[in-house]
Amino acid sequence: MTWETVIGLETHVELATRTKIFCSCTTEFGGEPNTRCCPVCTGMPGTLPVLNKRVLEFAVKAGLALNCEITRYSRFDRKNYFYPDLPKAYQISQLYLPIAREGTVSIRTQAGDKTIRIHELHMEEDAGKLVHDPWTGQTRCDYNRCGVPLIEIVTEPDFRTADEVIAYLEKLKETLQYLGVSDCKMQEGSLRCDVNLSVRPLGGGALGTRTETKNLNSFKAIARAIDYEARRQVELIGEGKRVVQETRRWDENKDATYAMRSKEDAQDYRYFPEPDIPPIELSQDYLDGLRGAQPELAEAKRERYRAHYGLPEYDCRMITSDKALAAFFEGLVALGAPPKQSANWIMGEVLGALSARGMEPKDMRLTPPTLARLIERVGAGTVNRNTAVKVFEAVFDADGDVDAYVREHGLEQVNDNSLVRDAAARALEANPQSAADYKGGKEKALGFLVGQVMRELKGRADPQAVNAALRELLG
Amino acid sequence: MIDVKLVDYLAGLSRLELREGEKQAMTAGLEQIVAYMDVLNKLDTAGVEPMSHVFPVKNVLREDEAAPSQDRGELLAGSPAGDTEAFLVPQAVE
Repeated sequence: MTWETVIGLETHVELATRTKIFCSCTTEFGGEPNTRCCPVCTGMPGTLPVLNKRVLEFAVKAGLALNCEITRYSRFDRKNYFYPDLPKAYQISQLYLPIAREGTVSIRTQAGDKTIRIHELHMEEDAGKLVHDPWTGQTRCDYNRCGVPLIEIVTEPDFRTADEVIAYLEKLKETLQYLGVSDCKMQEGSLRCDVNLSVRPLGGGALGTRTETKNLNSFKAIARAIDYEARRQVELIGEGKRVVQETRRWDENKDATYAMRSKEDAQDYRYFPEPDIPPIELSQDYLDGLRGAQPELAEAKRERYRAHYGLPEYDCRMITSDKALAAFFEGLVALGAPPKQSANWIMGEVLGALSARGMEPKDMRLTPPTLARLIERVGAGTVNRNTAVKVFEAVFDADGDVDAYVREHGLEQVNDNSLVRDAAARALEANPQSAADYKGGKEKALGFLVGQVMRELKGRADPQAVNAALRELLG
Repeated sequence: MIDVKLVDYLAGLSRLELREGEKQAMTAGLEQIVAYMDVLNKLDTAGVEPMSHVFPVKNVLREDEAAPSQDRGELLAGSPAGDTEAFLVPQAVE
């Protein structure tokens, strides 16, 4: 029998606000344990949580970008559970009236285009970090992360392959980064994903019993966990056994999922409306304002770069792979730099310099006017392309002055034909053997002579002009 | 209907360990509370919107501006068990 895998995703995304969702503690990653805590986020009696304005704004922006219906009258709910990662013994979340519902995300895989339906998007608070010590039988609680704002994005069970899941997560990450609502760093846990998976005979019919896999910290882990879990379920059914509905954890080292002990997993959250947070009512003006301020997203940029600048698909993807890089490209073009040349500089020198330094585009100090000036000088023939690469390296780190650097280091291209011709004549005089070799038919000897002339002119000449001068002198 | 089985379940969710006598007392106590809910349920609430908040306020928001957190020593001083960095609780296995 052929089986079909059916997958739905729950993705938690930490929002890039300065402060926590219900108090004024900083959300910065890292920090000594329990130094980013206050009576509110540690759940002291008598404290009152107050919603961060920007959390609401970011959640609505994300909802709009995912083509969701925004809930005009929304509320928080209390999810009760006793586990020391939440000192209040409940999490403030949204169950009954989530901020956004019924969205769509279009994805592209090798198998073609597809639309993934978003079931809902809601706001909630993150939990603290626990470190278990089996020797002392104690658990250390660090509440720095407690109260960091999250949005949870829940899809319908629309995925059939790991490829589709990865394509969706990449699109989601790109969208949220472009919106500026999250940095989506999986390694720091700001994007976390739970996979709900079941199998059924190919061709549809009722959904099988699903499992939920947690602890997936990379796209690679997600893809492997999906393959593993689908195979495990098919094998169980093949042996005449049944899939048990349970929560499983991915073990990176063993390359396998395992069931979490079900006794601790007994869930009865006894949700009820959160009395500490008054309801949220969004006006049409508020929504229109946010809708009007939505930035252009990566997909729209790619389309525009193709249509307006005639850039190849590959270039469009490379440049829009990072929001800061796309902004840099647009800065160059706005200053009059030719789009294709700008793209080449970005994909070559800029990305090369960044990767050599282990830097992110957003931390780059080089500004568009500097590179635009360099591109302009290459175009005008006052700096040759090879020299320009050296100038680029020299100005990259501190956004140096291109013209000053060229002037101070005497790197102007020699466009004076008589200078080039004189240098060529001297090179022939100094290397009679090469001259003879060339005349004898050894085309390679010319390359050597060009090199000699370029060296004498400190690389500032146009190699084409040198070539021409030598050929002329050699008759 | 409140019985010992339900009390056991609730105690599990609440991470409470109840002795036999306490379970009996708890069963009777909860039974009484739930019975009172039956009294409330006799009220005709047809057409009345369920109330989630007592005061007619909405959109209570704060600016996203950081303020200093609490001093760690002070924060941890109130906990029954802790060291200089963290709260300590009996191991919660997952």
